[in-house]
Amino acid sequence: MSALLHLLPFAPIDAVLVVPGVAAFILALIPQYRLGARVNMLASGLTFLFALTLLVERPDPTVSFLFVDDLNVVFIVLGTFVGFTTSIFSASYIGHEIEIGRLKPGYIRFYHGMYQALSFSMNLGLTANNVGLMWVAVELATLTTVLMVGLYRTQAALEAAWKYFILGSVGIALALFGTILIYMAARPVIGEGHDAMVWTTLIANAAALSPELLNVAFVFLMLGYGTKVGLAPLHAWLPDAHAEGPTPISAVLSGLLLNVALYALLRFKMLLAANPFAVAPGPLLVTLGLVSLIFAGFMLYLRRDIKRLFAYSSIEHMGLIAFAFGMGGPLANFAGLLHMTMHSLTKSAIFFAVGQVAQVKGTQKIADIRGLTESHPTLGWSLVVGVAAIAGLPPMGIFTSEFLLVSSTFAREPLLAIPLVFGLLLAFGALVWRLTGIAFGKPSPSVVDAGRRPSMLPLIVHLVLVLIAGLYLPGPLVAWFQNVARMLG
Amino acid sequence: MERFSLDAAHLLAGGMVLVSFMMLYQNRILGLLNVFAAHAVVLSLSVAWQAYIQSAPHLFVTAAIALILKAIIIPVALHHMVVRLGVHRDIETVGGIGPTMLMGIGLVALSMVVMLPAAAEADPIAREDLALALSVILLGLLMMVTRQNAISQIVGFMSLENGLVLAATGARGMPLVVEISVAFSVLVAFIVIGVFLFRIRERFDTIDTQALDDFREGRE
Repeated sequence: MSALLHLLPFAPIDAVLVVPGVAAFILALIPQYRLGARVNMLASGLTFLFALTLLVERPDPTVSFLFVDDLNVVFIVLGTFVGFTTSIFSASYIGHEIEIGRLKPGYIRFYHGMYQALSFSMNLGLTANNVGLMWVAVELATLTTVLMVGLYRTQAALEAAWKYFILGSVGIALALFGTILIYMAARPVIGEGHDAMVWTTLIANAAALSPELLNVAFVFLMLGYGTKVGLAPLHAWLPDAHAEGPTPISAVLSGLLLNVALYALLRFKMLLAANPFAVAPGPLLVTLGLVSLIFAGFMLYLRRDIKRLFAYSSIEHMGLIAFAFGMGGPLANFAGLLHMTMHSLTKSAIFFAVGQVAQVKGTQKIADIRGLTESHPTLGWSLVVGVAAIAGLPPMGIFTSEFLLVSSTFAREPLLAIPLVFGLLLAFGALVWRLTGIAFGKPSPSVVDAGRRPSMLPLIVHLVLVLIAGLYLPGPLVAWFQNVARMLG
Repeated sequence: MERFSLDAAHLLAGGMVLVSFMMLYQNRILGLLNVFAAHAVVLSLSVAWQAYIQSAPHLFVTAAIALILKAIIIPVALHHMVVRLGVHRDIETVGGIGPTMLMGIGLVALSMVVMLPAAAEADPIAREDLALALSVILLGLLMMVTRQNAISQIVGFMSLENGLVLAATGARGMPLVVEISVAFSVLVAFIVIGVFLFRIRERFDTIDTQALDDFREGRE
């Protein structure tokens, strides 16, 4: 395998950037929808394959702006996989949107080009070995998603894009100030210039950095990247952006972009944890996580739009993940990693289902979607399985991670376990209550004839993976996650 | 000379905080745009001074970007837009000048209290510059939350961004400063274009999208 890799004209780590980067330009020139969708799938698939090779082949971190370690390879493989399956879903979904005239055919080149540009910027953010470059990549990812959210050019879509843009920009600005402070802290120790922003040198010298500056920097970084993660007081852009944009973008936002911001946050958390005099970053993350969890739990009951409902569920789960990483320790970190993986897979699967539901019913209003299991059995039952998984019912993977998280919290901080379990039950109740209305009862009329066969493949693949993870986690994966959990401290 | 270069750097950075305060109480958009142009001019001078005392010629590029783009092109473009949309005669309620100014003073005090001890080990130019830059950033945020109008919010965001550029140039030898200032200029350009499209759509296109919505509702 690795002998074969040496035959390539470029390293696999460059390929995960080069493939989407080149594809973005090619797709910007393809006005035909079918060809564009195929090239998009092909490019996403290739990126995923190259990402897989990173598991065996690591580049030398001293020679490049990019680096791969055990932590970010998890994010890259997961991200490119969801990017690939979403591109398959997107092909049938966008085809239908063009048929009904919701999306103008002229926007196809723009949509596909932006899809790959987003993939490029996320991979850049995940592989960057420079905190400044990472910031630029997250900014680029924000800009591309803003443009995608406003794609339908309706009043609501433009408003959602605007809100996302303003809040995202403020978040990005605060993150930049934090990044500048990190550089200021590193400069007296590492010296002026590029080296003082390189992640690998930063972490190697973490103990010598000025703890006061690191503390202040972390506050800004947490507010800044936390806005992009969608943690509670800073989440306002997230539901609108999920509800008004095209559904493949909702899937990518929830499944990937939130993870990229979380990854940035985790990197800086590691930096602070490696400095013995800096404030412990854990309690801050735990607080924000719990606030997000409980706030989103209550908000779930008030949603009337199906995509907004699952957007709030994303806030809830990002809160859970932040809580897990904030708790720290091998077990909670393991639970956090597993939960992040399961959430990405499940939530994007749910958005695949919801996108088709919204198309066949012609609405996103929960009240107008009834009896789905009767009118569209495959779709309806897939949605039931997906929602059961996201609500944390056994035997799905999310149950495993939530169980691990709750039991480790009970063992270490029993008082924190009370709000945690309360939040979980709150969200569980809301989701089950909404699901019964959507899935069962007398079916509401459909606008699309049953003859149309959308691609169910990505949806089923994701759910099967989540189910397998719930029943049995392969040994190497467990060992890998345990290793990363130790790295995170 | 050492003493003088320090004082001049502080004077220019302090000037930006002062101009930020002036922005807080502008209740006419055109007046606000003029003050913002002044803000960008002071930023450009400050960056140029940093470039000179750090002997870092690439920072002159950042200064030139600040001067040409933020002090001339964007204010002029927004000026045209405001006149074209006919909102230039509107008087904006800024929510009581007194309380806003007091909050502004509180934020400046906060940034001094936070940054000066935290950056105690850094060199004096960077230390004071960081505190003043944080003041500019917080005042920009304050402006964004006290204003309702989209254009005023953008001006608030751009003044916030000026504070970031000030902080980045004050950090001696920081890499990627020029690239980041270019990346931010792209962001600002997007914002301005976005406002343009957004406002125009709001004014002329409402009927169209409404018809589309009715169509979707009607099908159900």
